[in-house]
Amino acid sequence: MTGGEALVEALKKEGVEVIFGISGGAALPIYDALAKPAAASIFNVLVRHEQAAAHMAEGYAKASGKVGVCLATSGPGATNLVTGIADAILDSVPIVAITGQVPTHAIGSDAFQESDIMGITMPIVKHSYQVRRADDLPRIVREAFYIAGTGRPGPVLIDIPRDIAQAEVKEFIYPEEISIRGYSLHLAADPADVEAAAELIARSSKPVLYVGGGVVNTEAHEELLALAEKIDAPVTSTLMGRGAFPDRHPLSLNMPGMHGTAYANWAIRDCDLLIAVGVRFDDRVTGNLSKFATNAKVIHVEVDPAEIHKNRHADVSILADAKDALRKLVDACAPAQHPDWRRQIAQWKEQEPLRYANNGKLKPQYIMEVLSELTDGDAILATDVGQHQMWASQYYPFKRPRQWLTSGGLGTMGFGFPAAMGAKVARPTEEVWLVTGDGSFQMNLQELATSVCFNIPVKIALFNNMSLGMVKQWQELFYDNRYSGIDLAKVPDYSALAQAYGCVGITVKTPGEVRPALEKAREIDDRTVLIDFQHDPAEHVYPMIPSGQSVQEMRLQPNE
Amino acid sequence: MQNRASPQRKHTISVMVDNRPGVLARVSGLFARRGFNINSLVVSATQDPEISRMTIVSMGDDAHLMQVVKQLNKLINVITIFDHTEDDLVERELALIKVRATVDNRSEIMQLASVFSASIASISPSEETMIVEATGDENKIDAFLATLVKFEVLEFVRTGKIALVRGAKST
Ligand SMILES: Cc1ncc(C[n+]2csc(CCOP(=O)(O)OP(=O)(O)O)c2C)c(N)n1
Repeated sequence: MTGGEALVEALKKEGVEVIFGISGGAALPIYDALAKPAAASIFNVLVRHEQAAAHMAEGYAKASGKVGVCLATSGPGATNLVTGIADAILDSVPIVAITGQVPTHAIGSDAFQESDIMGITMPIVKHSYQVRRADDLPRIVREAFYIAGTGRPGPVLIDIPRDIAQAEVKEFIYPEEISIRGYSLHLAADPADVEAAAELIARSSKPVLYVGGGVVNTEAHEELLALAEKIDAPVTSTLMGRGAFPDRHPLSLNMPGMHGTAYANWAIRDCDLLIAVGVRFDDRVTGNLSKFATNAKVIHVEVDPAEIHKNRHADVSILADAKDALRKLVDACAPAQHPDWRRQIAQWKEQEPLRYANNGKLKPQYIMEVLSELTDGDAILATDVGQHQMWASQYYPFKRPRQWLTSGGLGTMGFGFPAAMGAKVARPTEEVWLVTGDGSFQMNLQELATSVCFNIPVKIALFNNMSLGMVKQWQELFYDNRYSGIDLAKVPDYSALAQAYGCVGITVKTPGEVRPALEKAREIDDRTVLIDFQHDPAEHVYPMIPSGQSVQEMRLQPNE
Repeated sequence: MQNRASPQRKHTISVMVDNRPGVLARVSGLFARRGFNINSLVVSATQDPEISRMTIVSMGDDAHLMQVVKQLNKLINVITIFDHTEDDLVERELALIKVRATVDNRSEIMQLASVFSASIASISPSEETMIVEATGDENKIDAFLATLVKFEVLEFVRTGKIALVRGAKST
């Protein structure tokens, strides 16, 4: 057995069913192993750009909860993965990135297609390995998947020199046990901390649950719902936590932060207890930290010790898996009712719901409303980055975790389309929608070819404002309308582009066309469908708390 | 509400790491990326051939130290970290100091050296130089260097700090 074959064997042991990647000189022995009958159970998806391979692995991981795998050759192949790896570390996505490398003897000699991918990715991986002996491959793969998928998940890189992938592995030994002495997990909540938290909760009359990706990653939504209902606490879910709590539930406050709802931000402003679960007090949520939730004590439930007290001091911290901590909190907390607080929140919701001016033009929010209605909040939704991302998050009524795929921490334009495809591979029977912008879509549109060739049909709602909309919004609000580098013109004709790839393309220019177009797209299951929604380019995302400011400075609507 | 600021001071930590290539880069890279300063860093072998010890001195407040320790702990190759802020330590640095030593002042330098229990590592009478070797904690080395200033210090080199906790407690 060669090193490449040992790699494939180990990947099968980890339950890998799909690899996204592109071959090349240093990766040839690995791709050769993937061509052999032993690898038949692995779906080998040839992408059109390695960045997309990394995002597909992320999309697969987010939708399935399993570890996603991407593969690239040395040098440019490996460096093309870098954005996806950086995205995965910031959003805690479990992926294993495998790179070919020049032969061991050539490392350090500036050989053809050599790049120090270990060094380049060191600050953005959870861990990385360069394989020096083929016999180590099974153990390294085992460790890599374990590290990627446990605790706070993240990307792990395995760099495999070409000679190692070709070398003879005498005996394939897959380790049963894993022992990594420098890696310890803190999954079980300490009962004393839970007790202390329950006491704070019992004393609170205005609690808010502020929940994020940690609840999604551990699929702790049922425990969260039970706790929220038991202690009668409204729930705001961050951009990474959408789907952790059902938006149609009366306790839902939708999203907090820069483009969060007014009522979520007001609730955080006025609450006396902030129960933060699987979140990291990111600046897009908190704005000016010294003005964030100033009246509240904080309980912080978090699996990564480094996040506790990092941005905000916690009065009680619970170092644990969100699921375990929430389960124990449900048991420890006494039932409570907060009628005054609930009334206040209901009043805020009434006073300032998400809204937009419906003036006869094609409004992006309207598209989201119809999409929400037709799919009844059940679709898997991937997005890119920009205004469309915020409208999608604000208006879609999420029901469960792993329904929502977005690039939060890195804010990576180009993430959405490949992520949607990765999700479709993970959940082939589900309806997968991509909500994207004309800027973002052009960063990975070459994957239309992959979607056709490998029959990975997704539905694309392209929010076309002929510009880099979010940047334009900032230039209009903060730079006196001085436009600089935001005009994308009317190029290309997206519907024709989709058709050129063998996909279905539809153009929508008026509100009346929205529903039929979405309905038509929902009926097509065997091909990717792209709807080019040419919406009102003047539309802004509201509410908005300008960067670094606080809820006092929240802008509700233009000129308000 | 926010992390309360505590005074800036030098913190000494011992970081036990896997003795593997690339680990030093991971540790020093983390300091650079997170904006943590390194006052000194010494890597050394330990009684266990698979483990190396890094003795790191970093300046900052207590919240800073907590972040340093927690972020280091996230590195898979970091096995354990000992924070010595509250420990009773034996701390040492080693310095080699090259001074201009003429026939006239040579004995004075040697006398000063003996006050600081420093030794003479080398004498080159023809070139009128001398290398003095001193060990001790940071203050002692600083003081010794200061007294040598009145002679001509041609160059010097000093190591970072190494440290062990007194008594049976293992570090
Ligand atoms: C790779 C990358 N480059 C630049 C940015 C900065 N950026 C943030 S939003 C945005 C505009 C996105 O435009 P589009 O995809 O058309 O979405 P819209 O805001 O118009 O909905 C830009 C350029 C980014 N987030 N990612």
